Amino acid sequence: MSTTTAVARPPSPGGTRTVRGRRLLVLAALFGILAVAAVLSIAIGAKPVPLADVWHGLASPSGTENDIIVRSLRVPRTAIGVMAGIALGVAGALMQGHTRNPLADPGLLGVTQGAAFAMVLSIIAFGVTGLHAYIWFGLAGALTASVGVFALGMVGGRGGPTPVALALAGTAVSSFLYALTSALVLMDEQAMDVFRFWQAGSIAARGADTAWQVLPFIAAGLVLALVNAPALNALSLGEDVARALGQNVTLTRTVGVAAVTLLSGASVAACGALSFLGLMVPHLARPLSGPDHRWLLPYSGLMGACALLLADVAGRVVARPGELEVGVVLALAGAPFFVALVRRRKPVRL
Amino acid sequence: MRLQAVDVRLGYGDRVIVDGLDLGIEAGTVTTIIGPNGCGKSTLLRALGRLLRPSGGEVLLDGKRIDKMPTKEVAKVLGVLPQAPTAPEGLTVADLVARGRHPHQTWYRQWSSDDESAVGEALAMTGLHDLGERPLDELSGGQRQRAWISMALAQGTDLLLLDEPTTFLDLAHQVEVLELVRRLHGELGRTVVMVLHDLNLAARYADRLVAMRDGRVIAAGPPAEVLTESLLAEVFDLDAKVIEDPVAGTPLVVPIGTRHS
Repeated sequence: MSTTTAVARPPSPGGTRTVRGRRLLVLAALFGILAVAAVLSIAIGAKPVPLADVWHGLASPSGTENDIIVRSLRVPRTAIGVMAGIALGVAGALMQGHTRNPLADPGLLGVTQGAAFAMVLSIIAFGVTGLHAYIWFGLAGALTASVGVFALGMVGGRGGPTPVALALAGTAVSSFLYALTSALVLMDEQAMDVFRFWQAGSIAARGADTAWQVLPFIAAGLVLALVNAPALNALSLGEDVARALGQNVTLTRTVGVAAVTLLSGASVAACGALSFLGLMVPHLARPLSGPDHRWLLPYSGLMGACALLLADVAGRVVARPGELEVGVVLALAGAPFFVALVRRRKPVRL
Repeated sequence: MRLQAVDVRLGYGDRVIVDGLDLGIEAGTVTTIIGPNGCGKSTLLRALGRLLRPSGGEVLLDGKRIDKMPTKEVAKVLGVLPQAPTAPEGLTVADLVARGRHPHQTWYRQWSSDDESAVGEALAMTGLHDLGERPLDELSGGQRQRAWISMALAQGTDLLLLDEPTTFLDLAHQVEVLELVRRLHGELGRTVVMVLHDLNLAARYADRLVAMRDGRVIAAGPPAEVLTESLLAEVFDLDAKVIEDPVAGTPLVVPIGTRHS
């Protein structure tokens, strides 16, 4: 091993300037695609609205029918799509990073079934009606289930739950809650009706109030996710190496679980069972970002938002004058795509 | 003493592996821990590197209790490379080595010129300079191990604990890795503690050998004093002759076995 000439020009890690430039370029491109998707989502719908009217509605609304459609239906729907897509994409990447399991999805912590059970319970037990109210219950259910899963995962372990313990606890809690939810909806027709639409996954008919409702949770979750990214990079080398590098592993895991809970809990409560998006999107983002979570998380978030909006737009177009729920479109289009992706590349090791 | 275990009790759950052990590591030495499988040598190394908290006794780093120090401060002085670490797919050598700078970074300041030069020097020292942009999975076993050592080196610590750095490597690559360790000591003045299985290489590359059995230190000192026929019988239940290594002059273990006895 000769070291005589080696010190001259060290290759910078995370890459040379060109690698960094390429990563920024991808980031800009993703923002561009998201902007286009958002425009499509506002412009295209069950009722054809001319582009000029769309602009009129956005820029200088005067209360016409089209103004109302654009402002009170399409804009909030798009905003919720962007938020939920970002949240689920980031949550999926966090979940896969923490568990070092490429098949982990944000629903693994029990948020989906927690939200479902709480919403159904609120209808039957408290006679709650109206989406706005359901979502509060859904949020509470998602957060409670996730905390329960985390607590169960701690039992018997020292220094925070291991990913395996979390996954086992999550599966058990989800199955238990699903059984309860199934029993409840069989007894109550109205609850059944709400439940089956929620379960399909949709961002339709959500008003601006819903967007404001989930915004603080998603914003808090994104801040925690960003804080978590460098620590997650250390953790992806294994717990021992992370500790050796001075990382507090228990703290890192707790922040990560809190972020996933807030992000996926809020989006699942607002939009229904869409956690497949969180499973799929990190696999799309990883070839572009590499294994660095400081890039993987933003890429996954932006791609999640693009995928959710585009699938939602497609759902409005293919079944005119009706609509296909975005959850159905995502699963129909996403599943074959996902299989192709996984088969073409060798299975990822995290 | 840079690093010291004082009357430590170590184990996992209820199972006690090491009890009442004392060991001191002096600055500027290469210490190698040897012993049969399951004797607690890796457990001891993990405790010295604060990866395992003792259930009794204490580990002292520069005279201070290591578990009372902020873990990030410890990470600036003490590097640990566990046995057979794994990295996510697609991670490049330069990225891996860069992650060794983790303890020197804060959330808002991810990269500095200090980081840059430390990584460059670590890559150069381990002869990986030209492989910086290569994914880790594409390297040979020896290169990969050098990359991990390079990461620990970029951490910039005086103390380096290596748990079986030569596992899964052929003899040539074992020698290559140990030569590197020797240079870390010789050129950079690092204090190294490692666990090794190969007794002859241990004798050749260590200043000090620590022989363990059943969680206890049986002997510690210069290889020529520790590696004797009676010690091999006591520690490994091994019937062997010890002769002088014709190259290095250190003890060379020649096992006898049953075929030739």
